[in-house]
Amino acid sequence: MNLFVILGLPLLAALISWFSRGRRVAPAATLVACAIALFLASAAALQVAAGGPAIAIPNWVELDGLGALILLLVAAVATTAALFSWGYIAGERSDRRLRRYYANYNLFVFAMLLVPVLVEPALVWTAVELTTVLAVYLVAFDNTHEAVEAAWKYSVLTIMGGAIALLGFLVLFCATRFGDAPFTWAGLLTLAPRVSPPVLETAFVLILVGFGATAGLVPLHTWLPDAHSQAPSPICALLSGVKTTVALYVILRLVPVLNASGRIDVDRWAILAGLISAGVAAFLILQVTDYKRLFALSTVEHMGIILTAAGLGGAAAHYGAVYQLLNHALTKSFCFLAAGTVLLAVDTHQIASVRGLIRTSPAAGVALLLGGLAISGAPPLAVFLSEFSIFRAGIAQHHYIATGLLAAFVVLAFFGILYHLNRMVFGCPEPARAGALPVKLPTTCTLALALAAIPVVIFGMYIPPPLHALLQMAAAGLSR
Amino acid sequence: MFNLSSALASLNGLAAGLFLLSSFGLVATRQMRGCLRFFSLQSIFLVMSAALLAFALRAPDLVAVAVLDLAIKPILIPWLLRRTVREEIFRRREIDQVLNIPSSLLLSLVLTLVAYFLTALLPAAAGDVASINLPVGLAGLLLGAYTLAVRREAVPQLIGLFGIENGALFAGIAIAPTLPLVAEMAFPFDMLIIALVIGILTRITHERLGTTGVGAFTSLREGAGK
Repeated sequence: MNLFVILGLPLLAALISWFSRGRRVAPAATLVACAIALFLASAAALQVAAGGPAIAIPNWVELDGLGALILLLVAAVATTAALFSWGYIAGERSDRRLRRYYANYNLFVFAMLLVPVLVEPALVWTAVELTTVLAVYLVAFDNTHEAVEAAWKYSVLTIMGGAIALLGFLVLFCATRFGDAPFTWAGLLTLAPRVSPPVLETAFVLILVGFGATAGLVPLHTWLPDAHSQAPSPICALLSGVKTTVALYVILRLVPVLNASGRIDVDRWAILAGLISAGVAAFLILQVTDYKRLFALSTVEHMGIILTAAGLGGAAAHYGAVYQLLNHALTKSFCFLAAGTVLLAVDTHQIASVRGLIRTSPAAGVALLLGGLAISGAPPLAVFLSEFSIFRAGIAQHHYIATGLLAAFVVLAFFGILYHLNRMVFGCPEPARAGALPVKLPTTCTLALALAAIPVVIFGMYIPPPLHALLQMAAAGLSR
Repeated sequence: MFNLSSALASLNGLAAGLFLLSSFGLVATRQMRGCLRFFSLQSIFLVMSAALLAFALRAPDLVAVAVLDLAIKPILIPWLLRRTVREEIFRRREIDQVLNIPSSLLLSLVLTLVAYFLTALLPAAAGDVASINLPVGLAGLLLGAYTLAVRREAVPQLIGLFGIENGALFAGIAIAPTLPLVAEMAFPFDMLIIALVIGILTRITHERLGTTGVGAFTSLREGAGK
């Protein structure tokens, strides 16, 4: 029942935002809806972690460990981004555009919450397509030449990917002819050993290519730096933090199905696709000139890391994969919120035109530095721990070459990210800005940054026991 | 896997042939309106094949899907596009594209052959419905992707996207005719939302830039500084 309330809240908030008057109602309704959804999602996740899967409609709407983790992440990032939006979008003059922003924001969040709770693959496809389509207007929100161009490239590539994935799901449906289990993720697992392997492999490759475009896997990643640099920063936090994760989640769901078949080497596919993404992104990071593109490319890299970890095999690597999934979503959304405050403070996207941020705008400088350190995997922050556990698991599984390459790419990206951010944060401020007073950031933005920073710092040192149990369940969901 | 009586099979073959022909039409036409018309035709042949299958399999689900598809794709989507996108865009002839039409048609022929060879590798292609629908659907998908790649205007690119989706569905009704009704119904509605959103995006592009020539979109590039 809870699941329906979680899904209903953003829909309700979308309606309120659309029909409200004034400038306060829409952001307040959005924030409250997201916060309650987060609370209910935590309750549902606790229930799942305690061993009782939440079933709303059997074989259609259910929640297991992996689903609960994604649901929790979407709700958490949506809440901080909603809080951040309050101050960030306040500069928008037209009330109508403001209300549209929030209505669309809520619909987008609704679609993302829908993906992990549905267990019927064909409906999951529809939900992922919805997340893609509902974000188009948000990407184009700034209505500049660049934003419209980014929205166009984004929609064409990801919708094309969606259509390819659709064929994959239809091929996947053929699996139900080999036995009488329902067409759900769990049903596919029981069917897999009896299904002829080429059917499963074709479906997997089509879905990997199709949803790989939505998740930002190389070579269909080209839209991602464009869209994630031009969209308003809270939207970037949602896009980079959870939207890509949601698409990757669908691909990850298929890994155990193919493994259950026993005759397909799905791990090779996952490692290959993952390493290519991580490698290409690591080299692209070295030459960026726009700090939002920097974080966007780091998303491509992390999608690659997670997929590689899922392919390394074994319980430890799978735990690393879901742990990385959690840390990436939280850290990356924090990074984009930090980038948003930098943008508010200096009003430019260019790395080269920002110097000495720590003096001109201390809050933005500190946030950017923390975000950069966290996402590049500096100890003792959360991403360091998950990346380290992936390497350790990779060595234990005797995947020396794959682990070595992955480590090299991670180190390369580490230096790339910190090289760029170091120049922005420290150094002498430009003379024009040196004398200026620090820009006053909106209170809600600072608050959202502080809230988003908590898990980034804490999860590297301490994971609450229920979350640990949830992560283990999610990892078990990848291993079966 | 599903075998039809010979009359139904040849009717389905006819629908598939016409579907493929209208996919070629999408590649070959030079007018905005022609593009839209070929998409409508293509959708009608998709509905025809679905209806034949529904009749042969006695599947009331597929009838509902066919009716819904018939209402949404050839009628509602073109109407919606003409509502959201300015009429002057539809009056355009001579759509910009990267390759000229004769070479495009040759390449399309190659893509169709590729589709036939690819499906031959799949065990799901057994049975006389799938052996017709699967390669034709895959060819429709590849031709749609080709249209998307070479056209430089917003609306023809959108139609290319729909071509891809129609191709996937044309193959899909043969390999997964028993898909639950809820899921099947979701697909045409999904296309409707895509048409609406991209239609509006096209209008914004047109208002903002004065053109829908999306082929000239090059300001966002790796390392492109402002």
